[in-house]
Amino acid sequence: MINELLLMNGYGAYVWSAFAFTIFSFVTLYVIIKVQYIKEKNKFITKFGTLNSERAAFAKSHSINKEILSNTSSI
Amino acid sequence: MLKYFEPNKIFSVTSKAPKYVLLLFIIVLSIGLTEALILSPEDYKQSHSVRIMYVHVPAAWISLGIFSSITFLSIIGYIFKIKNFFLISKSLAPSGLVFNIIALVTGSIWGKPTWGTWWAWDARITSMLILVLFYVMYLIAWRIYENNDKVFKITSIITFLGIINVPIIKYSVEWWNTLHQPASINILSKSSIHISMLFPLLIMTAAFALFSLLIFLMKYNTELIKIKNKGLDRL
Repeated sequence: MINELLLMNGYGAYVWSAFAFTIFSFVTLYVIIKVQYIKEKNKFITKFGTLNSERAAFAKSHSINKEILSNTSSI
Repeated sequence: MLKYFEPNKIFSVTSKAPKYVLLLFIIVLSIGLTEALILSPEDYKQSHSVRIMYVHVPAAWISLGIFSSITFLSIIGYIFKIKNFFLISKSLAPSGLVFNIIALVTGSIWGKPTWGTWWAWDARITSMLILVLFYVMYLIAWRIYENNDKVFKITSIITFLGIINVPIIKYSVEWWNTLHQPASINILSKSSIHISMLFPLLIMTAAFALFSLLIFLMKYNTELIKIKNKGLDRL
């Protein structure tokens, strides 16, 4: 059963490599996009930390900024 | 109605959605892979190599769908000056490009046992390769002109030119003699694919669509945070 699944009448190498390439592409793209996301978010948090209280309060009045700061562990 | 497309309104949804989409994607992909690799029957002519169809065809469909969406959004965005449509288009492009590459590579792997060659300068394959070039040009244009208003015009022109290639891809197998087989699935007429193969194909298509939605959401959130970072600089 396992052998049949792996070999697939001699087509196993083609079938498995096609599926492996697809999964590899998915994982690679996911990791790249996630790294970009974390980088931008960390940059935002660092910049926000350097604002004085007046500017920080003004920035926090924007709903997106508040969301970004509250969703630090999203995705 | 357009106010619902404002980033402020969208972000509260897009920032929370990815984790649920990721969970759903993993569930649907697991079902799809079980169906595609184990439960679906082998083809009487192509034997088990037909299983490559379950990644090749959905990838091709989604890459074409994404490019069409990008073009539509870019043109509407350019005409009505809706910048958020450009942001949505830009966030869709990476997954479109990756699906296009998957379609080409898995098609090439499928070609070896069925046609006896990894590559042929066939109308369908060549036009799909041209689509990759349009995706690459589109993404490079964003990289070069990111901080410039020109980017909206340039990316709209690229997508407008690229969309001419989409019907060529679709009808290439009918217009020319190609190695590539004609479409087995037709919306308007009877499909030539058996239900036992159609079912896993549709499940895999749903899984791939969920993955592109996941990447879109993550990329869109990243782009919005990038804009907000620039906003903090101006404070």
